[in-house]
Amino acid sequence: MTRQMTGAEMVVQALIDQGVEHLFGYPGGAVLPIYDEIFQQDKVEHILVRQEGGAGHAAEGYARSTGKVGVALVTSGPGATNMVTPLTDALMDSIPMVCITGQVATHLIGSDAFQEADTVGITRPCTKHNWLVKDVNDLARILHEAFYVARSGRPGPVVVDIPKDVQFATGTYEGPSHVEHKTYRPQVEGDPAAIQAAVELIAKAKKPIFYTGGGVINSGPEASALLREFVQLTGFPITSTLMGLGAYPASDKQWLGMLGMHGTYEANNAMHDCDVMINIGARFDDRITGRLDAFSPGSKKIHVDIDPSSINKNVRADIGIIGDVAHVLKAMLAAWKAAGHKADKAALKSWWGEIDRWRARNSLGFRQNSETILPQHAIRTLYERTRGKDVYVSTEVGQHQMWAAQYFGFDEPNRWMTSGGLGTMGYGLPAAIGAQVAHPDALCIDIAGDASILMNIQELSTAMQFELPVKVFILNNQYMGMVRQWQQLLHGNRLSHSYTDSLPDFVKLAEAYGATGIRCEKASELEGAIDAMIAAKGPVLFDCRVANLANCFPMIPSGKAHNEMLLPEEATDEVIANAIDAAGKALV
Amino acid sequence: MQPGSVYAIKEGKDKTEQHTLSVLVDNEPGVLARVIGLFSGRGYNIESLTVSETEHEKHRSRITVVTTGSAQVIEQIKAQLERMVPVHRVIDLTVTGKAIERELLLIKVRGAGDDRVEALRLADAFRARVIDATTESFVFELTGRTDKLDQFILLMQPLGLVEVSRTGVAAITRGPAAT
Repeated sequence: MTRQMTGAEMVVQALIDQGVEHLFGYPGGAVLPIYDEIFQQDKVEHILVRQEGGAGHAAEGYARSTGKVGVALVTSGPGATNMVTPLTDALMDSIPMVCITGQVATHLIGSDAFQEADTVGITRPCTKHNWLVKDVNDLARILHEAFYVARSGRPGPVVVDIPKDVQFATGTYEGPSHVEHKTYRPQVEGDPAAIQAAVELIAKAKKPIFYTGGGVINSGPEASALLREFVQLTGFPITSTLMGLGAYPASDKQWLGMLGMHGTYEANNAMHDCDVMINIGARFDDRITGRLDAFSPGSKKIHVDIDPSSINKNVRADIGIIGDVAHVLKAMLAAWKAAGHKADKAALKSWWGEIDRWRARNSLGFRQNSETILPQHAIRTLYERTRGKDVYVSTEVGQHQMWAAQYFGFDEPNRWMTSGGLGTMGYGLPAAIGAQVAHPDALCIDIAGDASILMNIQELSTAMQFELPVKVFILNNQYMGMVRQWQQLLHGNRLSHSYTDSLPDFVKLAEAYGATGIRCEKASELEGAIDAMIAAKGPVLFDCRVANLANCFPMIPSGKAHNEMLLPEEATDEVIANAIDAAGKALV
Repeated sequence: MQPGSVYAIKEGKDKTEQHTLSVLVDNEPGVLARVIGLFSGRGYNIESLTVSETEHEKHRSRITVVTTGSAQVIEQIKAQLERMVPVHRVIDLTVTGKAIERELLLIKVRGAGDDRVEALRLADAFRARVIDATTESFVFELTGRTDKLDQFILLMQPLGLVEVSRTGVAAITRGPAAT
């Protein structure tokens, strides 16, 4: 159905037609016509953030926790440039997001007008695609295309830049059903011959491992269900990247824990020694592989990914399957059953025997034996006190993020929101706000560090205004813990600017915003304090004072292989100082 | 070479290959910046680049890129180009094997006496055309493969070469079929 309306009306109509219920944004001169339309309707709810970056991360948290496209609306110039970090973050982590930016009027473009920036130029490398709309009659089509591109194939962020005169101009609106994209049609079904070959390789495996990633989550709940079926049918061990946590239940016995730089000893050793690696929706990121020339040297690798450029990018795949995880897993399961394949039970028994020996090293072990709270203990206790509740967890970036990944168990997909690829400090609070908007009755927790939380603390004001009861659980050690850990590893323990003096009193800070502040300094009081946080009605800042100098282990030091991990009990000061050789020091 | 990985301690010693890629794109604003940005952002090489709208009614352009890299890098470049939203197709003309590559050269030579005669004689041998002449200079137009153009420029150097403009490679497959 086509209708005449203004560009600003089209924006709101397109959001409604795309099923958008919430958007995050911040007004400004170049988007006022759109804000005026938002004011005059009640189908789409707008959440006013305190800085545009907060809108971007909130849209990411919303998208990650629902599987839907997150939407952000910001003004031209600084509004758009503040979105660059969330856009890059969403691109790295394949999060579907549509960001609408205002632009100065068409005739002013290029004149260095007030709040003008070359938004499409600036965001070109940090979006999946972007558009500058110069004719109002293109606007509806472009908006619908934007949603299609953001959610299809490997999801990602897109930007639609709309000059102010186009928002005022009147043109023809067309609904989403009219729009079919000219060029962009990603392949979702895997090649049957490759799937057949993969299934045969899997059937012959003696020491197999599933290595799964964020692609399983992005593919939707069906992909997680199919993954569980296949893993349980074969009896194989499974590990996952940071982004893939929750696709397979952490409470299951076949689960080895996360792999990679801060992964478990059993997951990394199993990756190193396996003979068949089944990579489903992960991208062989450098945090996962460690030293590439020593990465899983004896294995045949199957790689399922919807993005053809992921296959053979870092690690050569023996069998590459381009397609959507759910579609490919369905076909794999069908092929497995049709051929009557059975896993090699005897071989698997001895493989699990090896894995159990690695497990016995208890690489995540810690001893909480004084009143000083260990950060590991804090996360474990948070996990135990929230079990059985409807929980969504986001994190900031650093040690607390790795501890959350290690000690908080996720049994369902879409419950875990973290900045994996870009590693954006300040992501967690707005992401938790986004998740809370989507799930108003759920318990949304941002596991934070004392440094990260200060990067977007202003969003606490957003949480207050919209009555979003997010809980911010700060592991406060007064350091940028991960920076300090690397300075110990690489720079002779010279702690250059990684100590934060003059931290705010987080309890008073919470109260200043009208939220609840809770401080806990003693291990014996932790459970009660966490229960009080959960019971609190509104937003909470929880200042959990933890052991200041705790480090995050186990760890693959940079430049080392999966079987050269540093375990907590071996990590003396001397070992830490010498763990990384000269070549490794140059790496990030 | 492991592009994008911080763990690539040793640079690979894989053989470098030169490939000519034909990239069919929607001629929308910024499409060339997108393609070029991909090359610079990911550290790929551009040896030569030509672009022009080739199907006006469909607003479709053909970008011809000559690039170098290891076999793995070339494979990555193609995959990265193919996943861009406005890209219809990427054809590796070096792999299809039957492509014709041509470049256009405009070259200005200034001289007198024997040098001027010799320049004209060489231009004739290379089948270059004189498209501008004064009593002391010529502008020659020459079409051909890149190495032929290189050779002609080399020969003009001692004869009073003033300046050179060249288009970069345009390429197309042989035979009746479209690519």
